[in-house]
Amino acid sequence: MANVFSNIGAWVTERAPGMMPMYRAHMTEYYAPKNFNLWYYFGSLALLVLVSQIVTGIFLTMNYNPSAAGAFDSVQYIMRDVEWGWLIRYMHTTGASLFFVVVFLHMFRGIMYGSFKKPRELVWLLGMLIFLALMAEAFMGYVLPWGNMSFWGAKVIISLFGTIPYIGNSLVDWIMGDFLPGDATLNRFFALHVIALPLVLLLLVVLHIAALHEVGSNNPDGVEIKKGPKGNRWDALKPADGIPFHPYYTVKDLVGVGALLLIAAFIIFFAPTLGGWFLEPDNAIPANNLLTPAEIKPMWYFTPFYAIVRMIPSFLGSAVWGVLAMFGSIVVLFLFPWLDRTKVKSIRYRGTGYKVALGVWVLAFFGLGAVGAGVTAEVIPAWFGNVDVTTWENLFGRLMTLLYFGFFAFLWAYTHFGWEKTKPVPDRVTTHD
Amino acid sequence: MANEVVDRGRRRFLTATTAVVGGIGIVSAAVPFIKSWEPSARAKAAGAPVTQSLKKVEKGQQLIVGWRSLPVFIVNRTPAQLAQLPKEDPLLVDPKSEVEQQPKYAQNETRSIKPEWLVMIGICTHLGCVPDFYGEIKPEPFDPNWKGGYYCPCHHSRYDIAGRVYKNVPAPKNMQIPPYHFVDDMTVQIGVDPKEAG
Amino acid sequence: MTKAQTTMKHFLSGIALALGLLVGSLPAHAEGGPAALMKSGADVRDQASLQRGARLFFNYCIGCHSLKYMRYSRMAEDLGLTEKEVMQNFNFTGANFGDPVISHMPAKLAKTWFGKAPPDLSLEVEAKGADWVYTYLNSFYLDPHSPIGWNNTALPNAAMPFPLWELQGMQAAVMKPAKDGESAAVQKLVLSQPGKMTPAQFQQATRDLTSFLQYVSEPAALQRHHYGIWVILFLVLLTFLFALVKKEYWKDVH
Repeated sequence: MANVFSNIGAWVTERAPGMMPMYRAHMTEYYAPKNFNLWYYFGSLALLVLVSQIVTGIFLTMNYNPSAAGAFDSVQYIMRDVEWGWLIRYMHTTGASLFFVVVFLHMFRGIMYGSFKKPRELVWLLGMLIFLALMAEAFMGYVLPWGNMSFWGAKVIISLFGTIPYIGNSLVDWIMGDFLPGDATLNRFFALHVIALPLVLLLLVVLHIAALHEVGSNNPDGVEIKKGPKGNRWDALKPADGIPFHPYYTVKDLVGVGALLLIAAFIIFFAPTLGGWFLEPDNAIPANNLLTPAEIKPMWYFTPFYAIVRMIPSFLGSAVWGVLAMFGSIVVLFLFPWLDRTKVKSIRYRGTGYKVALGVWVLAFFGLGAVGAGVTAEVIPAWFGNVDVTTWENLFGRLMTLLYFGFFAFLWAYTHFGWEKTKPVPDRVTTHD
Repeated sequence: MANEVVDRGRRRFLTATTAVVGGIGIVSAAVPFIKSWEPSARAKAAGAPVTQSLKKVEKGQQLIVGWRSLPVFIVNRTPAQLAQLPKEDPLLVDPKSEVEQQPKYAQNETRSIKPEWLVMIGICTHLGCVPDFYGEIKPEPFDPNWKGGYYCPCHHSRYDIAGRVYKNVPAPKNMQIPPYHFVDDMTVQIGVDPKEAG
Repeated sequence: MTKAQTTMKHFLSGIALALGLLVGSLPAHAEGGPAALMKSGADVRDQASLQRGARLFFNYCIGCHSLKYMRYSRMAEDLGLTEKEVMQNFNFTGANFGDPVISHMPAKLAKTWFGKAPPDLSLEVEAKGADWVYTYLNSFYLDPHSPIGWNNTALPNAAMPFPLWELQGMQAAVMKPAKDGESAAVQKLVLSQPGKMTPAQFQQATRDLTSFLQYVSEPAALQRHHYGIWVILFLVLLTFLFALVKKEYWKDVH
């Protein structure tokens, strides 16, 4: 048996001499810092969710019907008539939300430990492009079941482009291919969702990982292991604080995989709608252009960005400002490597001002999420009784918007003018055993 | 810690156990995806038995009904057509219907439960076309000695009025008889054997 | 939403808010809405309840409402009924066993009678929640101002007469006196004329009906619950093994 494998290996190596070195470079001889903590699980978990989304997505397309007349029925066909169709669909809907959970945590890890800083700016930019593609992918996927929330979500999100001066209205018609979301819209979104964007995502993920492996991983201490002493038990020339990715991080990441699968299985089998957060009740009503749902809100992962649109009033006769602010809230994330000028990477050795500001920023993000998801509209009357909900919600939401953007202004000034008092960074990773 | 001796046996055992359990997991996870290709509830419902009244089928006429998306020919055969059947035997590939293309209860000269009523899946056994019905005993352009039966437009296979295939044509077997039974004298149900129907 | 879903929603909003505002936790109930919803207590795992609910549906609802995504055959299998029982008791349209449940009322005719076609109820619980459906079924009252004679506190001016009145009896509304600038509102409903059932029996009957409609909304729920526990147990074992392997290999790392 072993002979057969080594013979096949030799046969392949003879014809493609680059294969084994590539495997070694990215797996057995990719030396990652040995001090990764919990935050370092989410990259590999995002990859797992991506694979799961692709597989379940392929099987959903086998029974889904991308037409305004047939889409809603075909989803119920999958849920009821196709054997195990319900499981495949719930895996896909749960996967979509969990994708954002792990990606948000993965991004926050990068921010917290300064993983975007030199020499890893390219890794960060590619990651941000993945995030953009993922948002487009999720939005278009959400339209496909053609429930009433799909329809109105599509209409509202596409209308954001209508606020652009001069070309807005024609742009909206061009995106929809109609004057309301309809067959044409559904078909092009289907094509983009199942073919175009997955290809883009896969390409970007490959580039993201390739770029990372060029420079090597950062770590919770933010020290460069390549600049430290050399020589470990596997290789005399490799960094002393590095360990081969395989088997050590493969087996470690599998523990994370098990935990994520447990969470996913619990949701899929016992709470697939997660109280309306992962699947919205209004989407159980077929698309109806005459019946607007009581409250149009996007899926939870868009709510922080979407809330900003609502918080910015129109002025100079245009609603474009809110939309600009919303896109700005995403674009500004691209600029992290240039806004955060402190050389010290990890939050462990950063100044108090940074820690406080980052905490406030996270709270502002959650606060905006609560506004966008309609939680504040529900809670304000419950807590404060008979008050003017809109006024208080706007006040709260605008404060959160200010804090969100204020963080970046503060971050730049704080790090640019040298106000930050950092702690000394150790020469080597701090290992705890 | 540095002095700890790695127990290779334990490591190999744990790895193998986990690989086996993980493998079981992957195989189990594949099952729903493979099963999703089975005929769906809709396909099964469409393939459910079909009940058809025979009242409006005149002598010598053919009615086509759908069953599992297949055309089922129902023919009310005349005495003349029935009398012709044994005479065709020498010209046929399988006159006694020995190849299993019919339920046991239709393995007879007329290939039917009641002699006059032919109930047959109208799919040519060559490449799956639907043969045309030429029921009358009269010369046809493709055969001056035509005794009534089926002619396939695709590759010119010919069958008699019991769906038995003639020699020297591309089709190899007699056309298939589906399971069916008579609910009453003038009603037939396709898809259910007589004994299943009780 | 089911009880579990409502709890979950409040739980999650609580997390989001506690983080967002750095204060307290969310109260168990947010006020608002025309009427607070009653707790349905519907349970799709109670097969006897589903059977009773199905019987009620096919006696009182099928006249107007279809379940176009629900096949008779699937229903028989999941409710533990035979083909014969389902076809004799529930099928009034001569549909085949594998066909979906379609009301025999022509949609056009329904539109002229009620102003709009009675909605299909296949996904009613998914869309509105079990508690809402249960509350709705318990909230009909006689209203002389309504063209159909009935009104409903859960869905004011609903175009639906109350088909279960002979079971529940008739409820009348006790009105809150009108304040300045506001019209009179319903304060509570009282049983003005008893029906064939006691109030407790009627609540159980509507609970059964709600359970049945919840099952119809998502027949896969039965399979989910059935397989879910085994999947979770398997994953616990697998994760435990992963953790052991990790620990074993990481003995190398100092």
